Amino acid sequence: MALVELLLSPLPSHVRTARLVVLAAARRAGLDDGLVDEIRLAVSEATSRAVALNARHAAEVPVRIRVTDDPTGLTLAVTDAGPAAGPAPRDLSAGLLADSDGDDDADPDIALAVLSGLVDEVDVELGTAGTTVTMRWPLPPGSSGPGTTAAAQS
Amino acid sequence: MDLSLSTRTENGPAGDRTVVVVGGEIDVYTAPKLREQLIDLVSSGQYHLVVDMEGVEFLDSTGLGVLVGGLKRVRAHEGSLRLVCTQERILKIFRITGLTKVFPIHTSVDEAVAATD
Repeated sequence: MALVELLLSPLPSHVRTARLVVLAAARRAGLDDGLVDEIRLAVSEATSRAVALNARHAAEVPVRIRVTDDPTGLTLAVTDAGPAAGPAPRDLSAGLLADSDGDDDADPDIALAVLSGLVDEVDVELGTAGTTVTMRWPLPPGSSGPGTTAAAQS
Repeated sequence: MDLSLSTRTENGPAGDRTVVVVGGEIDVYTAPKLREQLIDLVSSGQYHLVVDMEGVEFLDSTGLGVLVGGLKRVRAHEGSLRLVCTQERILKIFRITGLTKVFPIHTSVDEAVAATD
């Protein structure tokens, strides 16, 4: 198993940092380009959500991002220190249209709803001091696994 | 890559359209720049906007929120906000969120400027 772990101060500019690092880990794990695009959006949604929550509720607490991969797949976990996540809105376009345009923070509920529409395996776990959003992408059986490039698999 | 923005005016059959050409990444860090641009345009009386997203490399729900905010602003003046996008990875998030029903999405700036419906 390979591991990358990041602790980020809850700054909007660090959402890009998270994308770059997680993408490097996903490419190293051998995920194909389509999944890498999906992971790029997923890490951005989850990290934007966590950064907004920590900045609002616990600005001194870093956002924790943990990426692990093994021959079966890649797991991404993003932990915030905000209050428990609410239920995702059912109609996303209505949620976005109703959302006020007055602030720059990612709407935590919209981000979770996008993730549930985007990623097949999403788990939201309420901890004692925040929420951990865990996503998993399987590697196809028989792929050569970590260390190969996407090009080598196609 | 950071966000790049430029604007120009084009004449369409239904009047002038302000084309906003966006490039780079639209996320929680860069989205405020796009929002300020859209607010400035509406404040200066430009209510018919075409946002050209062909140069956008990345867009998440924060960026969607800014586009929705722009749409609400132009609609308050009976204006329009049309998108130009043919990139599958960008269109995907519009589909996931159901916003393909909310925004007219065109395959070229010419088509968006020519639209009269």
